[in-house]
Amino acid sequence: MTVSNLRGSQQSSTLAVRLARIREAAIVALLFIIIAAVTAIDPRFLSSFNIRSILLWVPLLTVVAMGEMMVIIIRGIDVSVGAILGFAGIVVGMIFRDNPGFNIYLGTLLGILIGAALGAINGVLIAWVKIPPVITTLGTLSVYRGFVFIVSDGRQIDPNHIPTELIRWSQRGPFGSQLIPWVVVIALAVAALAYLFLRYTKTGRNVYALGSNPDAAALRGIPVSRTQFIVYTTTGALAGLAGILYASRYGFVNPGETGVGFELTVIAAVVLGGTNVFGGSGSVIGTVLGCLLLGTINVALAVLGVAATWQLAIYGIVILLTVIVDAIIQRQIRRLITGE
Amino acid sequence: MPSERPVETASPEGKIDRWPPPRRWRLDGRLRPFLPEVVDVVLLFLAFMVGASLSPYFLDVPFLLDSTTLYIEAAIMALGMTFVIISGNIDLSVASILALVATLMAVLHVELNVPMEVAIPIALILGTLLGALNGWLIARLRLPALAVTLATLALYRGLAQILLGDHSLSQFPQWFVGIDRVTVPGTPIPIVLIMFFVLAIVLGLLLHKTVFGRWVYTLGTSEEAARYSGIPVNRVKVAIFALNGLLAAIAGLIMVSRLAVARYDHARGLELDVITAVVLGGTSIYGGRGTIFGSTIAVFLVGFLRTGLGVANVKAESQLAVVGTLLIIAVIASNVIARFSRLRG
Repeated sequence: MTVSNLRGSQQSSTLAVRLARIREAAIVALLFIIIAAVTAIDPRFLSSFNIRSILLWVPLLTVVAMGEMMVIIIRGIDVSVGAILGFAGIVVGMIFRDNPGFNIYLGTLLGILIGAALGAINGVLIAWVKIPPVITTLGTLSVYRGFVFIVSDGRQIDPNHIPTELIRWSQRGPFGSQLIPWVVVIALAVAALAYLFLRYTKTGRNVYALGSNPDAAALRGIPVSRTQFIVYTTTGALAGLAGILYASRYGFVNPGETGVGFELTVIAAVVLGGTNVFGGSGSVIGTVLGCLLLGTINVALAVLGVAATWQLAIYGIVILLTVIVDAIIQRQIRRLITGE
Repeated sequence: MPSERPVETASPEGKIDRWPPPRRWRLDGRLRPFLPEVVDVVLLFLAFMVGASLSPYFLDVPFLLDSTTLYIEAAIMALGMTFVIISGNIDLSVASILALVATLMAVLHVELNVPMEVAIPIALILGTLLGALNGWLIARLRLPALAVTLATLALYRGLAQILLGDHSLSQFPQWFVGIDRVTVPGTPIPIVLIMFFVLAIVLGLLLHKTVFGRWVYTLGTSEEAARYSGIPVNRVKVAIFALNGLLAAIAGLIMVSRLAVARYDHARGLELDVITAVVLGGTSIYGGRGTIFGSTIAVFLVGFLRTGLGVANVKAESQLAVVGTLLIIAVIASNVIARFSRLRG
């Protein structure tokens, strides 16, 4: 009995790994199918302009998705990321506006710290005050968004107030390359750090343990609350960084626009990338591919002349279909393993 | 002195009595299970007093009655959300159901010339179906309510946006428009307020006096226990979400009538007010506890707060911060109350 159970769990874990590979391969395949199909309809799709617009759309998403992925792995949810992004963007934007010549690296650091502080508030409420993540972040989403308006007095940060050096992050890349701007490099660096963190650090492993079985994790002495706190704070910090990247990418920060509804895009990308909504599994590579796929779909729709009004419905469909398909596949696998 | 130390003795029934008995903090014994609701009533009075002190216009009765029409949609949706949260679920898509129903009804009537008498029932059925779809996905595929309703939050509003884009439709018949200005003849009581109370009483009876209502509580206390005791769990879940969808549809009709216009971004973010009111009303966010009475009181509490802030010239965006804070405080308070009554009760 024990032996067969053991074998069962071993089998399921290798199966899970293999499944994740298949999942990533499927996303890549889907990516190529979409690119091939859209190029067949309109050869202009593979122009350097469109590739650039995909590459500019994805980094913002990837940076926040790394945090949201960890949150979903530990069976949580963070719907306040869009508001944190807006808050960090507006505050740092105001600093740039009021202090011309302010160091942009210092500004970026400040954005990350602001995001981390807001994320830490989420973390404390969830980890120690024990409020369910949805309720916490739904509440803080409104609070942070409200403060975006209060702090900025409802005024937009205009392009001429954003340092040109910051805007250049979205225009030029290393060695002056035009195709791969710095924001892409930053996003890749964040993804690489997330990969190393989740794979090789103790806290990173704890994230998976906590998501697979919170009770077992607590019984094994894994610091549940501290891990939750770290994950939500990190997510906040990444959303803060994304606020700076937003200012760089779009050249403005608007209190009623920047980051509004962004949480849905991020969650769609994370779920599409194979992170399990029941928690416990999810990979950095999958999430990056999910972001890339969503970005490609977005640009492809624009190329095909589908109106921007379809965007929201498509995010909804993407989340819903992925969650349904994943649940069905998982049930089949469970049946296979238990031999029913 | 040994006699003053608590001594545990077994009574004949095997129950362990503590002697001397622990001193109990007593609300009236019968009211104790309803502590959250009692707190709400007190808070409502406080809200009145604060509102009155902020503005002399606040305690104007016709004004107060008239102002209830501004949040009657949230109030109606809170009734359905009470069922959803008591059953241990959550529905983030209510405001999107409202928007899609409102949009579709407008498109049917204005662009396809369907008479209102037909468009209204279709709208109500659509709302019920949208809710039922949520419930079916959650019950049948055993998906988390959060993931499903987050997806349909985007999907339903997205469909409304596809239908109507950035346009607004406003060519409705005269009799349909302006339901918020209709009052009970001879009084300043708005008819929508009466509608809300009728719905609250009917749904209160459904929740508190029927077998279905007991099932809702059992589901929220322990879904597994509910399954083992033969409760048709899946059907109850679908029914709860369908009911929620129907109420969102009713709210949608009222909103279109009140604003005389249908847009895809109607009620954007209203789920926050709805969930805040329900949680503030003493419904446990973990399921298994809550009353329609509590939600009703809390709805007016949130509403008066918003009216009061509005009268005090606080901008809508800043009100958002207040409501968000209120939601978090409400959950903390309800946790504290729960712990308190468990320790002392």
